[in-house]
Order: sequence, then C-alpha cells, then structure tokens
Amino acid sequence: MAYETTIGLEVHVQLKTRTKMFCGCATGYGEAPNSLVCPVCLGYPGAMPVMNREAIRLTVVSGLMLGCEIARWSKFDRKSYFYPDMPKNYQISQYDKPLCLGGGVSIDLEDGSEKTIGLTRIHLEEDVGKNTHFGSSSGVDFNRAGHPLMEIVTEPDIASPHEAYAFLQTLKQILLYAGVSDCNLEEGNMRCDVNVSMRPVGSPELGTKAELKNLNTFKGVFHALEYEQQRQSALLARGECVVQETRRWDPERGETSSMRTKEDAHDYRYFPEPDLLPVVLDASQISVWGEDLPEAPRARRSRFAQEYDIPAYDAGVLSADRDVADFFEKAVSAGGSAKAVSNWIMTDVLRVLSETGRRVSDLPLTADALGGLTKLVEDGAVNMTGAKKIFSVLVEEGGTPSKVLDDLGLAQVSDTEALERMVDEAIAANPKSVADYRSGKAAAAQFLMGQVMRLSRGKANPPIVLEMLKQKLDQ
Amino acid sequence: MDISGLTIRQASDMLSSGACSAFALTTALLQRIADVDASIRAYASVDTAFALEQARAADDARAKGKSSPLLGVPIGVKDLLNVEGQPCTCSSKILKGYTAPYDATVIARLRDAGAVFVGRTNMDEFAMGSSTENSAYQVTRNPVDVDRVPGGSSGGSAAALAAGEAVATLGTDTGGSIRQPAAFCGCVGMKPTYGRVSRYGLTAFASSLDQIGPMTHTVEDAAILLQVMAGQDVMDSTSLSAAVPDYTQALQGDLRGMRLGLPKEYFVDGLDDEVRASILQAVETCRDLGAEIVDVSLPHTEYSIAVYYIIATAEASANLARFDGVRYGQRVTSGRDPVEMYGATREAGFGAEVKRRIILGTYVLSSGYYDAYYLRAQKVRRLILNDFEKAFASCDALLTPTTPTPAFRMGENTGDPLKMYLSDVFTATANLAGICALSVPSYETAAGLPVGLQILGPALGEEQILRVGHAFEQRRKVEA
Ligand SMILES: [Zn+2]
Repeated sequence: MAYETTIGLEVHVQLKTRTKMFCGCATGYGEAPNSLVCPVCLGYPGAMPVMNREAIRLTVVSGLMLGCEIARWSKFDRKSYFYPDMPKNYQISQYDKPLCLGGGVSIDLEDGSEKTIGLTRIHLEEDVGKNTHFGSSSGVDFNRAGHPLMEIVTEPDIASPHEAYAFLQTLKQILLYAGVSDCNLEEGNMRCDVNVSMRPVGSPELGTKAELKNLNTFKGVFHALEYEQQRQSALLARGECVVQETRRWDPERGETSSMRTKEDAHDYRYFPEPDLLPVVLDASQISVWGEDLPEAPRARRSRFAQEYDIPAYDAGVLSADRDVADFFEKAVSAGGSAKAVSNWIMTDVLRVLSETGRRVSDLPLTADALGGLTKLVEDGAVNMTGAKKIFSVLVEEGGTPSKVLDDLGLAQVSDTEALERMVDEAIAANPKSVADYRSGKAAAAQFLMGQVMRLSRGKANPPIVLEMLKQKLDQ
Repeated sequence: MDISGLTIRQASDMLSSGACSAFALTTALLQRIADVDASIRAYASVDTAFALEQARAADDARAKGKSSPLLGVPIGVKDLLNVEGQPCTCSSKILKGYTAPYDATVIARLRDAGAVFVGRTNMDEFAMGSSTENSAYQVTRNPVDVDRVPGGSSGGSAAALAAGEAVATLGTDTGGSIRQPAAFCGCVGMKPTYGRVSRYGLTAFASSLDQIGPMTHTVEDAAILLQVMAGQDVMDSTSLSAAVPDYTQALQGDLRGMRLGLPKEYFVDGLDDEVRASILQAVETCRDLGAEIVDVSLPHTEYSIAVYYIIATAEASANLARFDGVRYGQRVTSGRDPVEMYGATREAGFGAEVKRRIILGTYVLSSGYYDAYYLRAQKVRRLILNDFEKAFASCDALLTPTTPTPAFRMGENTGDPLKMYLSDVFTATANLAGICALSVPSYETAAGLPVGLQILGPALGEEQILRVGHAFEQRRKVEA
C-alpha cells in the first residue's frame, strides 16, 4: 500500500515588544540570569498580569498579513501544568477564543507551482523561563518568562519535509516583513512543534500522529521529518501500528525517540483567566492597525519583476528581505536604472552583507548614494572600474558618490585631446602590437586599449579610446 | 491611654488636635496587644520597631504640615496582603519565612495616607475557612466568648477589633471572610463591589471573588478607610474606573426615601431563632428610621454554596499552583526530580483544608468534568446575579442576616467541612454577583453573642449600604 505524509506545524514566535506581556520588565536576550524579572513574571503571591497592548497589536498585524480573520472578542485562559520554568505553574494562553482564525501561507513547490498551507489559528500566550542543569543541581532563568509568544497553528496541509521547510522560510519572511518578530532562531525567537502522520494515499482520515519536540532550526524540522517519515513508513510496511506519542528530536544522533505516550498526556485544565478582561477589538481599531501593513513579500516579488522588468529570480532575491527591497526601490527612485541597481545589489551589496553579517540598514552606503553611483556610470562620468572603487569607499565610509569621485580623482577622461595623446603614446611604445593588429590579430587592440587605460590610471572612457585606436591603426 | 474601642475618627481627632502623637498612640496599642493578645492570638506577628518607625514618620509628616484622616492611625493587616519587607505567611507553613518584596496597592495607598501598619492578623490558611481554626500557626479566640471561634477567614482582624487591640483592620472576603467574622465578633465589616478595591498584592484565593475590605468599630470608620482604599489601579485590570464618591457624605442620619428588600430565601429553616429575631428587630428599626420595607425573592440562592465551592476551588487550584518551593517559601528537597520536590513541598506545606480545596478545584476543571461543574456553575452564577439585578431594580438595598447562627464553639464544625461551608450561605452570593455588602452589629442574643445584620447593595452601591448601616448603628447605640 502506498502512504502519504501529513504534517501540521505549531510555530511559536516571540513578538518584538519592548516589555513583557503582563509586566513592565524589559524583554532581552543574553542578560544576566534573572535580571529581567519582577513579582509579576516571577509569579509572586498577589501579583497580577496587565495586558501589553503592543503584543495584541503585533498578533493582529501578523493575522492580517497571513489573511486571518481577526476576532472581535477573544479571551485568555489559564493552562495548568507543573514545570520549574513556569513561574505560576499555569501559563496564560488562549484556549477556545484565539485572536486570529484561519488564513494561509502560499509556498513555492520544487516544481515551480504554488501551494497554500492553511492556518487554523494564531493565539497569544506568555513564554516560560529556561532551565539549566549543572550536574547535581538545576537553575532556572526567568528572564524569558512572560515574553509575548504567538503560536501559529497550521492545518495538516503539509505533505513533505520540503514543504514544511518552505513553509517555515516563507512564514519567517512574512513575519520579518511585518516587523512583528526578529525571528532569530539562535535566540529562540522561533520554535516549532511538529505533528506528523502517514495515511494510505487518498484516505480521508488522518493516520496516528507523532508529535515532535525540540526542533530549534528549520533544518532540524526538515531532518526530523525525513527521519520520522521513514520510521513510520517502515512500521506500516511491517504491518505494525504507529503509536500516538510525543517524540524528541536528537540532532546529534539524527533520530527521534519517545518522550511520552498519549496515556501520560497532560490535562491542562483550561479555564478563563479571571485576572484579565476579554480582548474586544472594534473594526476601526483593526483597520487602524492594518493601515501600516507592508506589502507581502510575494506580492512585492511579482511587482518587482513586472514594474522593473527584472528576471523573476532577481525579483525574488531583491524582495526576500524587506530592508533590501526597500533599499532597491529607493535607489531606483534616486535615479539609477532598475537593471543596474539590481546588479549592484545582487553582486556587491549582498556580498558585503554576507561578508560582514551586517544588515543593509547598518551600511554607511545609502540607497540614494547607490542610485547616484549608478547614474554616474550611466552618464559616463565614471567607468565601471572607477565605480567599483567609489562603491568600496561608500560602503566603508558613506558619503555622496560625486564627492568620492572627486576625492579619488576618478572622473572619466572623455576629453579627446588628452585621450589622443595617450593613444599616440601607446601606439608609439608598442610597435609589435601595432604590427600584430595590422596583420589581422584583433586581440592586439585590446592590449593597446589596456595600455591606454593604464596611462589614464583607469579613467579613460573605454568606448572613446577603442574608437580612436581603431581609427589610428586602420589608417 | 485607653485605646480599647478607639475608632479611626477618634484617633484622627486626637492626632490632629495634638492630644496625642502617633508614636504615643502606637505605643499604647502595642502595649494593649502585649496585654491581651496572649489569650486572643489575633495577631500572627507584630513588628514593634517597624510600627514605631512609621508612627514617628507620621508625626514628622504632621509637623511638616501633612494631614489626612489616616495619618498616624494604626491598622492591622490580614496576613495575606503584601507589605514590603514584612512577612506574608497567609497562615500557611508553605510561606514560613517569606518576606514580601512589594506593597499591595491598598497598602501603598494607606501608606501614602500615613497609616501605621502594626501587625499581621491571623487567618484561615490561604483564606480557606470560616473559623480561623485552619491557621497553620495558631488558633484565634473570639474575645466575646473565648470558647467560640472568631469566624473566618479574617478572624484575626475581627478578633483584634473586638479585643480592643486594633483601631481598624483590613480583611479579605471571598465568600464572606470579612462579614462573617465581623458578625461573630460584633464589629463592622465591608466587602466592596468586585473591582472597587484593587486586588494587586492580595494573595489570591479565588480571583473572580476576592475583594479587600475594611473591618472597623463603626460604619463611619469603614467609610473613611474605604475612601483611601478604593479606586482604579493600573496593576489590576479588573479594577473599576468609576470615580470614587465621598463615602462619609453618604452617612445621613435616617433612611427616609429608601426602599429596603427582605429576600425570603434568607429567612428559611436552619436560621437560628435568636438571629432571626435580631434581624427582624433590626428591620423594624430601619422601618422606624423611615425606610420602606418590601419582600423580594432571590430564587437561585439555594445553589450559591455549590456554585461558590466549584468556582472558588477551581480558581484556587490554579492560584495555589505557584507554591512549589522553586522561587520562594518553604522547599522540601527530598525526591529526585522537580515533580517529587513539588509533591513533598506541597504535602508538607499545605494544611488539610487547603489540600481538600485544591483537589476539589482540580477535579472540577478536569477534562470531561469541566462542562458539568465549572461551566454550569458559571451559568448559575449569572442567574444569581440576575436575581440581584431584578431585586435592585426596585430596592436600594437588601437586609439579611450575615450568618445563620452566632459564633459557634471551637471545634464544633472542624470535623464536618460541609457544615462549615454552610456558614457562608448568606454571604457567598454577594461575591458571586460581584455586588457590595456590609455587616453591622445587630441586637445581641440573650447570651450576649453578637449577631450581624447584612446589608446588600448593588454594584457600586457602597454609599447606600453605608447610609443604611450607619443609620441603623446610630439608632442601636442610642437604644442600648
Ligand atoms: Zn516582570
């Protein structure tokens, strides 16, 4: 019997708020343990939560970006379970009335087609602390406890590890565009639980699922799913059953192992959080929050290809990061041709970013400067050799391209008298090349051209020089 | 200085006239506590140095021109309200040695007004009980009759007043924990409207029911204290934004123009004859003061105890989950993993009644039982509120007994939790409905035991119930 894989994801995303979800403590990563805490986020007796409105806004913005229906009335619930990283031994979460319902994420499949992964819901909850084990004792750092955490739950629409990977990449891109999270996986901004099952091809019912935990990278999700797909297929092929259980992914060993079975599943005993009022959002509030919504990355990609007449691949690269896309559009509006600006970004800017690990917004090079530089080249004020030198300065130190051009003395020489002197000098100094050319070796002209460029210290306007050389040699 | 029975008003007058200093007043109160508390045991702890330091600061502030009705007035605080730097045991072993790191909002407000916190009053562990016999540390006796309980859970706060070892105290009321001990000890106790007083810093028992309220010698004192405590708090999302009226302005001498309802469900079998007689006499007094008395019905009253114990225990099971020995309080380190440590810590730290309620609450929230218990209880709670809304459409306030019986004997109900729970039968409805309620001393029994007259008002109807309570109290004192 042939089987197909069904995958559903639960993605936890830390929202980018200045303060925690229910108290005034700053959010932060890498601070001294338990330095960002207070009676509220430590669950001290008598402390009460107060909703961070920004966390609600960021969740609604995410919902709008992902095409969800925004609930006009939602509420928070207590989810009870005992664990040392949980200050109150209940987590304030949302059970049956989440902030966002439905929605979807379109992904590109390997064959070039498009598929939409449906979303079930998005709800908001508080993050927990972090346990650390030191041999015979353990410590808990509550700095992370109470950080607003958005949980995005997909429908079981994902059919392969590749699709899961593409979904996560695309989701991350959208959330980064929306500015709701830093989506930094190393810092745990995005964490993922996976449900995976297999069923006979065409069967309407889902197979018995395994829930996979401890997936901290997208690659981890991909590999864990590949492993799990093989494990479950093998079981089914042997005529055995898949047990419903939670399994832990061990990235070192590259395999999953059972953590707990359905029998020891938690009863979370949800009930409405009596310390918080329901969240009531009217249409005008939602539309105000929706006004600043950025164009979605896929929409921007198609628009780039059409509007700027650049290849789809380039459009994809340029729109992948919102800052880079903004930079591109700004540079074009500063006067550069889209094609040329695109080339600069794809070859030079992105190289600098990947070499230095910086963000485009951190570069001394501004979009206006790149647009200006492109325009100087198009106007013939500088040749590419010079432009590359100017680019290096702009990227290191900033400034305006025309000023750097002057400072470096790179203005292209188009003055025919000056060029003619250099061409004559090159011809006089290289009789052998002249003879070669005249005997039919066209390449000799390139050599002479190089000599002129050398004499001009790279500033000669190449087309004019070539024209002049040919005239003189052909005489 | 005889401070026994001294009211906030009297203390305030003495302090502002210069008849005595806050230091002298506090010293006298501490002496009174030293003299009588060994036999009453109303206070769980008294921090003499802290009290005198605050008294001195109050005197300094007055010398610099500050004035407030509470400046230099000593207040006893129930041992589950957080006062920075002070213990907050909730009368539980699990919080032995715990020091509060912050002030509850009411404490901060009273502190700003210059009140002097003299000590921590004893209570039933985590406010779970009706006799203060559930304290893990000590048994508080009813000063009126030391063989009887002071009521609970705010039994220490009531007994301290009755023993003349407090000018005023703070209590908390989840199902009657202020009013019932006030009734048993013969003092005034008020449960404000849910949300009128911030709960921030009140160690939660049942979050949707808890309120902090004043316990005092007079209704006027309750108004003075509430004035400072009430008002919206950004730290408590459930606190109400409504402006705080001037409560002392509401204390007129008569009840002319007021309609007071008698809910028939509060005068049923099981109501002690002497209590019934006392309340009916109080009703006549109110009529005499100009009130129109009408019969009303609150048909869902009979479900209130069941609903109360489902909702309160459900919320408590989550609220008390935080006491695990990880971050504060007592920790029993036996066991190999956190789960075993929790078990050992909670086993040793909680008393029997607390465990009973946590188990009950855990059960009613469990998957498969939630709809039958918790959800249904919430629906009936709504019906109880509807009953009150209907009654208050035609009445300014309702008059009922606070409790079915006067103070019972020590140990009388400890073996029978259900019987103990029934002492909340007339008080829990106000918490379920979120309305305000006041207990004032009514006519005593033949044996001289106090009886409480409960005055129920609509949400934010504090002025009405204070007016009724004050007028009745004044008349009864004249009659006495
Ligand atoms: Zn905090």
